[in-house]
Amino acid sequence: MLKTLLAEIKEYKKDSILTPIFMVLEVIMEVIIPVMMASIIDDGVEKGSISHVVLMGVCMLAVAMLSLTFGATAGKYAASASTGFAKNLRKAMFRNIQNYSFSNLDKYSTAGLVTRLTTDITNVQNAYQMILRLCARAPFMLICAMVMSFSISAKLSLVYLGAIVFLSVALFFIIKNAHPIFLHVFQKYDDLNASVQENVNAVRVVKAYVREDYEVSKFHKASENVYNLFVKAEKILTLNMPSMIFAMNTCILLISWLGAKMVVGGELKTGQLMSLFTYIINILISLMMISMAFVMITMSKASAERIAEVINEKSDLTNGDAPIKTIRDGSIEFKKVNFSYKKENTNYVLRDIDFSIKSGETIGILGGTGSAKSSLVQLIPRLYDTSTGEVIVGGQNVKQYDIESLRDEVAMVLQKNVLFSGTIKDNLRWGNKEATDEEMKRACELAQADEFIQKFPDQYDTYIEQGGNNVSGGQKQRLCIARALLKKPKILILDDSTSAVDTKTDSLIRKAFKEEIPDTTKIIIAQRISSIQDADRIIVLNEGRMESIGTHEELLERSYIYKDVFESQTKGADKNGEE
Amino acid sequence: MAKNNVSQARGMKGRIQPGMKPKVKNPGAIFKRLSAYILKNYKLACFFVLIFIIISSLTNVIGTMFMKNLIDEYIVPFMKQEHPSFTPLAKALTSMAVVYGIGVLSTWGYSRIMVEVSQGTLRRIRNDIFEHMETLPIKYFDTHAHGDIMSVYTNDTDTLRQMISQSIPQLVSSVITIVSVLVSMIILNIPLTFVTLFMVGIMLFVTKKIAAKSGTYFMNQQKNLGAVNGYIEEMMEGQKVVKVFCHEDDSIQQFENLNEELFNSANNANKYANILMPVMGNLGNISYVITAIIGSLLSIYGVGAFTLGGLASFLQFNRSFNQPISQVSQQLNSVIMALAGADRIFTLLDEKPEVDDGYVELVNAKYDEKGELVESKERTHIWAWKHHHKSDNTVTYQKLEGDVVFDHVDFGYNDEKIILHDIEMFAKPGEKIAFVGATGAGKTTITNLINRFYDIQDGKIRYDGININKIKKADLRRSLGIVLQDTHLFTGTVMENIRYGKLDATDEEVIAAAKLANADYFIDHLPEGYNTVLTGDGGNLSQGQRQLLAIARAAVADPPVLILDEATSSIDTRTEKIVQEGMDHLMEGRTVFVIAHRLSTIKNSDVIMVLDQGRIIERGDHDVLIEKKGIYYQLYTGALEQD
Repeated sequence: MLKTLLAEIKEYKKDSILTPIFMVLEVIMEVIIPVMMASIIDDGVEKGSISHVVLMGVCMLAVAMLSLTFGATAGKYAASASTGFAKNLRKAMFRNIQNYSFSNLDKYSTAGLVTRLTTDITNVQNAYQMILRLCARAPFMLICAMVMSFSISAKLSLVYLGAIVFLSVALFFIIKNAHPIFLHVFQKYDDLNASVQENVNAVRVVKAYVREDYEVSKFHKASENVYNLFVKAEKILTLNMPSMIFAMNTCILLISWLGAKMVVGGELKTGQLMSLFTYIINILISLMMISMAFVMITMSKASAERIAEVINEKSDLTNGDAPIKTIRDGSIEFKKVNFSYKKENTNYVLRDIDFSIKSGETIGILGGTGSAKSSLVQLIPRLYDTSTGEVIVGGQNVKQYDIESLRDEVAMVLQKNVLFSGTIKDNLRWGNKEATDEEMKRACELAQADEFIQKFPDQYDTYIEQGGNNVSGGQKQRLCIARALLKKPKILILDDSTSAVDTKTDSLIRKAFKEEIPDTTKIIIAQRISSIQDADRIIVLNEGRMESIGTHEELLERSYIYKDVFESQTKGADKNGEE
Repeated sequence: MAKNNVSQARGMKGRIQPGMKPKVKNPGAIFKRLSAYILKNYKLACFFVLIFIIISSLTNVIGTMFMKNLIDEYIVPFMKQEHPSFTPLAKALTSMAVVYGIGVLSTWGYSRIMVEVSQGTLRRIRNDIFEHMETLPIKYFDTHAHGDIMSVYTNDTDTLRQMISQSIPQLVSSVITIVSVLVSMIILNIPLTFVTLFMVGIMLFVTKKIAAKSGTYFMNQQKNLGAVNGYIEEMMEGQKVVKVFCHEDDSIQQFENLNEELFNSANNANKYANILMPVMGNLGNISYVITAIIGSLLSIYGVGAFTLGGLASFLQFNRSFNQPISQVSQQLNSVIMALAGADRIFTLLDEKPEVDDGYVELVNAKYDEKGELVESKERTHIWAWKHHHKSDNTVTYQKLEGDVVFDHVDFGYNDEKIILHDIEMFAKPGEKIAFVGATGAGKTTITNLINRFYDIQDGKIRYDGININKIKKADLRRSLGIVLQDTHLFTGTVMENIRYGKLDATDEEVIAAAKLANADYFIDHLPEGYNTVLTGDGGNLSQGQRQLLAIARAAVADPPVLILDEATSSIDTRTEKIVQEGMDHLMEGRTVFVIAHRLSTIKNSDVIMVLDQGRIIERGDHDVLIEKKGIYYQLYTGALEQD
């Protein structure tokens, strides 16, 4: 995990190294200051040498200025190193996600990926900055302050060693006991908020079933739980400051006693005694910082792991050696295809699929919810690989094609389709970046979208909002079809893509397909039988198997399911409408 | 999305950014209200906290004073003696030990009490918000972005926690330290005090400059972060479309541009924030040095009888003066942020709850020997409206029939824009009433009026002859089973989700309801069957399966009147036929309102209402409407898009 993340530091390596170096320089300056201070008192004031005081004072000012410069420089590098690191991590994740196959994507929820790209990155960025700034500074400060103390008086510094040991042990126990509770409480806290969100979204259900009191009591319980855990964890943390103050005060008392004797005995100067007091504060604060950094780092570990997981995920669909870049025609053949979404699983969602389609044919697919209609067509542009068996397009196994070339020739309008924020033209250009206005207009005419687009005030420059929420369902579907048509594909797949379009427009679209793109193979999945009944052939799927294949008339004879659906959809209209 | 928002909120926690000053209209009033809110339960606790903070700050000051004494009154005189006696020092140190001990204890004391105060207050706030939220009318949820409501629970309570548990105690102790140190400094040496104060002025000035600079960059960073997050959300949502169109390179390109912009602003924002610390620290150092030089000069020349020990303690004071000053400037910022959050919390708590003036209750009933309707404790499948007559203090019962009448009803979400006009409707007990029409015609709105999610502007709605305003809302809704257009499931098992319809339903009842809805088959095929845990609004189920669960939930509730709003829209026609059988069974003897765009679903309704732009334009049964060759006929033959 660490290796994956560190590999993304890249051009910010320099900044990442410079930050701790400048931090260390800053620390050195900070350590020197008390020495100079002592010298001012001991050699200047006590001996009545004003020149020494001024000289030392000037030196100290210079040192403080240096310290400021180093500190600011370190801060600057820390900022660019950590935000740069975050930038690279985001980039690496986003790039890799673009390489994901459908089955890679199925593994993650959309929300999950968004969280990893946003919150998790922020956590890691903060932790990284903390590491760069504190992990050099605090231990170095600790060591320097110790060295300085020892150089002043080894005997007195032993007291400090005792304090360090005491505080380390205390902090260790505090963290060890509090940390797991905190992890637990944050989990519970997230759950609590998730349940609030659920309640907000489902407020109509709650109110319709008059479950307000039930939800409130559920919430109280969860909230009580969060409260108890928080109190338990924070109770332990409250020992933090007192132990620190205790260690510090004990040191001050001991040093005062022993130091006073040494000063009187001539072994120590008063100024030196004063600097010892400064050092103990430095030492103990460093210790606190180290423990804080430790907690931060462990907290962000989970985020780091989630990020690494996304970066390390390997796309399970890759081009073979010497991929073929041209697709001969729109013929399709399924040879004994079994398919399951999970590799190890032999509980196939598609079983024994075997058929062939000639280039230019129109094929309808019908079947109930869960009959694996979408799964079947998704094998054609190789959005998934078969478990066993072969899918042949244009006379070649789909695995032999260059994936991009294959998908350019096999245009698919997904069931759960999405328009992106941008103008209608921007969206249409997804099909073909270089499409001219005429080409776009023509594609929209075919998809019966031109008419309503012309009625928009801004026509083809109408801005589509995120998710396409400002056009109706039927309009959205027609735009998606036009977008796919702009690819000028050899195979066009519509996965329930006209469900919200009225029957008349639906039939106009099919008519346009027949007349204008006769050579394109068309595969149409539909719930509405009228959408497919004039297809050359229709495949009826039932629970992952091909129940039958044939023309409308043949299936009415042969397929019970087909006949059933046909009757349920048309009987009333025939009887009452057409008389 | 739930998870995302929540954890995002936590990611932001504790990062009070310099220069980001939110505007709060009346901070004083909010602070007063908040204090009252906290003090209500923790008066004594807060009193002790204050006492302990004062004690602990004072022991700090005493400690610093002791430095002066150590050198001036002990070491320097000792050095002048041949054989100094250390007893007085030992005594002094012992009393210092006691002082320090008290300091440590009171520090622990106030932080320990503060844990209870802050967490207890947060618990109360959370509970209060949630309780209050549950009483708010649907309108509130329509008019407030769900993200904003959530942020009250997450961001706003988190900043509040920081303020209560950290900022306020620190502010109090800083102020006490500042005051006592200032007093001590003045006592020690007035000229040096001015030097120190002058340096503090410079520090504050510089901080303000840097924070202002940093603030603009932080604003930019938030803006760019929003853009990057928005883009990520959109692309992740449409990732499969990206794949199908081989659009990967373009989306990477676009992302990298946004990412680069974010980096630039984030880098600058962090840079200035990082610089602030060393600048403050070293300005403190410079102040220390200058004070030292001037102090040394003063003590060498013995100006104002300033001693070496005096200088030593003054320098300590100088140090302990600079720190709280920079703390106060930081904490004040976070207090303002928290007050802005508290303002939003109080605004939510001040929202007007749903009003309910109803007094007619719904009860289970049975016929006694005399054939009169009386109340029953058990579920009898007979319901009755219970009227309390205030005038003579009597109770009468009226059998629930399921007769619903709309009498010239007008409705609009606000008075200016009426969206349903003059709706007249008569639903007789046991009838199936269907609504058809294009999106936005007002179908769902009508059903939302029956259960009083919204109140009407004009006209009357009567339920078994009772104006629905007179029926207790909870009882009115209990009598209406609703399967909504958008299915919502809760985190929990399948069993619990179905049981939501009737909390005391046995497992058998739940399974029977699932069978009725034809959901039993797919539930059995889930990994854990009925005990499969659903998370994230049942995200791992198909839309059709979710609808089946919602139907089962309504079935287990067993309500006298049913409202089905596009309940079967995502179920394929064949499965629907099977569900339909169950539903027919469920609908038997009940008044049912159906909204469906699939006309096969509503064909056999007793009355079909065709709605257009908030008006009923056709009504009648299927045959009549087909005969009419009007809008319904066009819809039915598919000539009209109804979406």
